[in-house]
Amino acid sequence: MDTMTEGNILEVRDLTVRFMMNEGTVHAVNGVTFSLPEGKSIGIVGESGCGKTVSAYSVTQLLPKTARVSGQILFREKEGTITDIAKLPVDGKEIRRIRGQEISMIFQEPMSSLSPVHTVFNQLAEAMILFQGMTKKQARERCVELLKLVGIENAERRVDEYPFQFSGGMRQRAMIAMALARNPRILIADEPTTALDVTLQAQVLSLIQEMQDEFKLSMILITHALGVVAHMVDYIHIMYLGRVVESGPTLEIFENPKHPYTRGLLNSIPKLHGKRGQRVSSIPGAVPSAYSLPEGCVFRARCSERRSACMYEIPRRIQVGSEHYVSCCLYDGEEDQYAANA
Amino acid sequence: MPQMPEDTVLQVTNLKKYFPIESGFLRRKVVGNVRAVDGVSFYIKKGRTLGLVGESGCGKTTVARTILRAIDPTEGSILFRTRDGIVDMATLDNEGLKKARTEIQMVFQDPYSSLNPRMPIMDIIAEPLRAHGYSRKDQEERVKELLELVGLRAEYARRYPHSFSGGQRQRIGIARALALNPSVVVADEPVSALDVSVQAQVLNLLLDLQEQMGLTYLFISHDLSVVRYLCDRVAVMYLGRIVELADVDILYGQPRHPYTSTLLSSVPDADPRSAWHAKAIKGEITGPPREVRGCAFAPRCPYAVGICKSTAPELRSISTDESVTHEVACHLAEELELEGVS
Amino acid sequence: MDQGLSSQQATQNVPLPKPPSADDDSTALGKTEEKVFYATQWQLMWWKFRKHKVAMVSAVVIIFMYICAIFAPFIAPYAPTERHRGFLYVPPQKVRFWDENGFSLRPFVYPIEQEIDIMTMQRKYIEDTSKRLPVKFFVRGSSYKLLGLFECDIHLFGVEDGKVFLFGTDNMGRDLFTRVLYGAQISMSIGLVGVFLSLLLGLVFGGISGYYGGAVDNAIQRIIEVLRSFPTIPLWMALGAALPPELSPVGVYMGITIILSLIGWTALGRQVRGKVLALKNEDFVIAARLAGTSEPRIIMTHLIPSFMSHIIASLTLSIPSMILAETSLSFLGIGLRPPVVSWGVMLQQAQNVNTLMMAPWLLIPGVFVVVYVLAFNFLGDGLRDAADPYGV
Repeated sequence: MDTMTEGNILEVRDLTVRFMMNEGTVHAVNGVTFSLPEGKSIGIVGESGCGKTVSAYSVTQLLPKTARVSGQILFREKEGTITDIAKLPVDGKEIRRIRGQEISMIFQEPMSSLSPVHTVFNQLAEAMILFQGMTKKQARERCVELLKLVGIENAERRVDEYPFQFSGGMRQRAMIAMALARNPRILIADEPTTALDVTLQAQVLSLIQEMQDEFKLSMILITHALGVVAHMVDYIHIMYLGRVVESGPTLEIFENPKHPYTRGLLNSIPKLHGKRGQRVSSIPGAVPSAYSLPEGCVFRARCSERRSACMYEIPRRIQVGSEHYVSCCLYDGEEDQYAANA
Repeated sequence: MPQMPEDTVLQVTNLKKYFPIESGFLRRKVVGNVRAVDGVSFYIKKGRTLGLVGESGCGKTTVARTILRAIDPTEGSILFRTRDGIVDMATLDNEGLKKARTEIQMVFQDPYSSLNPRMPIMDIIAEPLRAHGYSRKDQEERVKELLELVGLRAEYARRYPHSFSGGQRQRIGIARALALNPSVVVADEPVSALDVSVQAQVLNLLLDLQEQMGLTYLFISHDLSVVRYLCDRVAVMYLGRIVELADVDILYGQPRHPYTSTLLSSVPDADPRSAWHAKAIKGEITGPPREVRGCAFAPRCPYAVGICKSTAPELRSISTDESVTHEVACHLAEELELEGVS
Repeated sequence: MDQGLSSQQATQNVPLPKPPSADDDSTALGKTEEKVFYATQWQLMWWKFRKHKVAMVSAVVIIFMYICAIFAPFIAPYAPTERHRGFLYVPPQKVRFWDENGFSLRPFVYPIEQEIDIMTMQRKYIEDTSKRLPVKFFVRGSSYKLLGLFECDIHLFGVEDGKVFLFGTDNMGRDLFTRVLYGAQISMSIGLVGVFLSLLLGLVFGGISGYYGGAVDNAIQRIIEVLRSFPTIPLWMALGAALPPELSPVGVYMGITIILSLIGWTALGRQVRGKVLALKNEDFVIAARLAGTSEPRIIMTHLIPSFMSHIIASLTLSIPSMILAETSLSFLGIGLRPPVVSWGVMLQQAQNVNTLMMAPWLLIPGVFVVVYVLAFNFLGDGLRDAADPYGV
């Protein structure tokens, strides 16, 4: 029987995802480990192609058929038993139950989870009638309540409209309502505001925050925007080329970043209170292709502090703070230091 | 010959672009206009950068394209100082345009669609040179020069765009824009499609080029943080009109238009300790209006009063100091206490 | 942030030289990646196409068929109109390497003799197994002009003192194998010529329609709609009947091609228009315009190369419908007429059920139509997949 740390609702251990393509094997995720404490939120942050979306999608087995997944994805059920999602048969009854009732997802593009040919009510009520055994009348009341909750005005009338009659912001809200209709315990938000303008982004993010409190959700937020996670999550995992390079509590990551990539990333963000003409520091080079992973440390080629050891050794995960981990050979030996201090 | 102040390079006056809405089956009639750009005026001084900021659908890209006459304006003048005197881009014929465009060029948002994938970058960058009768040998030399100028290796000239990353492609796009030594570059969201770590590289390149070549920029962006590093003056657009135009530090520090203030407070800063007024504003942009009555921002404005709904405010100067620009289109500009960023 | 550096001494690692500059990505790459960087669109397409096995096989089949058609007079043992008296409705003959008398390296056939069944009045052919007729290669026979240029009388194979009918003969004692080969010349070229004409029409009208838009676009689109709404078979019949009867066989052939492509261009025209519309506002086209490139040059260097590969792929897919159209027209007797030999004309003989019962081999041209059409469909599929090497 698998064991999980007390208080965690989800633990992903040594997750590896490869895609077998005609052109070769894409090493999308290489040994990713993270955990989601119950009722908390974590952010998975990285640039395009770092594997953040693939990691999150593998939690609900929503990957295409070319994917080969290994590792453990442990999920704590309501009754306390532990399910390894990675071992569940694809498209089996179990994973459908988990997708239907336990883990909901919201996406960048709302129309990818809303059907254009059904009214909002039909889509929202489906899960309620199917899984929660409500009558149609009960479901209707609940739908209106949900839509009101996510801030849609005239919910009684709107509930019978089609998604295309909604504006962009309202669709985003309707999608969130849809995710909540199943009363999930985990919410996975995949770049929920990337396509939105800044004022709308602010609205949607604060709605997600409210809903997290209201429904006592545990949340995984996937984004490339450090500004967003700074205000949204409790823990941050920084990913680069399929690996988690650093993870820790939000404040710790922002105020005491250890990995050269995290530092580079934080420094390269333009700030609202910058100065005209000032140069923003940048990370040289671009993210290499996931077809041919370099040996050793994946960040090596762009790192300003690289050593010869980075060529051959895949850096270990080193604990440098109470919940702060970094995978970088610069910190070899600090583990003992931390242990001695503690 | 039209006149404008000595140090001004580009002066746009009352620029309008209406897209007709047609209706009818056989005989199509114009039943209305979408006012994408509705009376925009501004000027840029030599060697300076004007930022044009706004959310999607505010008309900023239309302004950019209209200035270069990629789209014909409905009304207004676009005075541009060339080596041989001032011309009005709005009324130039094809011959005149071809000549004027050697001195004003454009950098596009999408580094993928802006380079023809079927041409080696040599041909892409040399396209303006060829069109203006450079010999094959001169073209090659100039392309090498340009590649080095934007930080790429000269021997890459024979490669095709698919071998470059987004950031590198954007450098190629910049090289093409600079091929004929323009004095003005219109940059339409040049970094918004790039990853954070690469975005900084391109921003710094733009700053370096400006210093080296004395370029004048019209910089279009939705990202207020980026604008702060690059621009001397910033114009904020909302639904086809400029609502506020000021020197950069004044606009960020003491915004006088409620929309500017909202924009500023909606940006999540990458600092978990900073306050983030996520719920600053209600509603969303509905798309360019067909007719204008009152202030376009009034429906979303928390301060709107009676006059806002009946009379459209004009853009007027509220600066007491001659040397400082600060123009606002708001009836309540003097009365409101608005928050900015330091 | 600096604690990290304290461990530097501990690990005693030698720092490497400065990281590569912003554009330095080629250092870690092998030869193959390098090659991809310099690859043109057509190279990328070829690499992608090569992976499509079925399409590759189809391409080989098609090339083989065309070679056979081009060298038909040489490969065929007889002339297409040569009548072999006393050999009507001969079934296909077997080419043998061995019989009860043992193995022979040289293939042979048995001579055949006609016999009439007194009861049914039907012809029967009896093989005379006592005698072997060796099949010889490069034998002299009727003279022909190879590729329309060189006078020649050497044929790939043949038998002396007898006949060889690989696919049998028809009602007039003509060798079916020979006629299938000659028919291929007509049938397989009518598709190409027709498609070429459609391509021209489609490019011109679709291009104008998409590029200039407005009233011209409107007019052309309406014309296309009208053309497409005609039921094709009656239209063909009407047009086919309108061809003057005194027209020479070559004239009829040209007429039929023009009729086919007059209707066939519409789909292509729409496709071209769609592509042009999409490309016209593509950033790189706007950039070219801003660079001062002239409109004709933009069309030639940006627009046409961008959609040509797609057009070629869909052209390949439309060749089969051309040949099917020709076959059906000729089958119905309103297309090509004898003495022209095409697969459709040959199948006309197979219209009668009684004939078919007696001589099922008359359907052999149909088999070739099927093979040809299928091969083109597979080839087109492969080309379509490879047409956009820049997509995901």
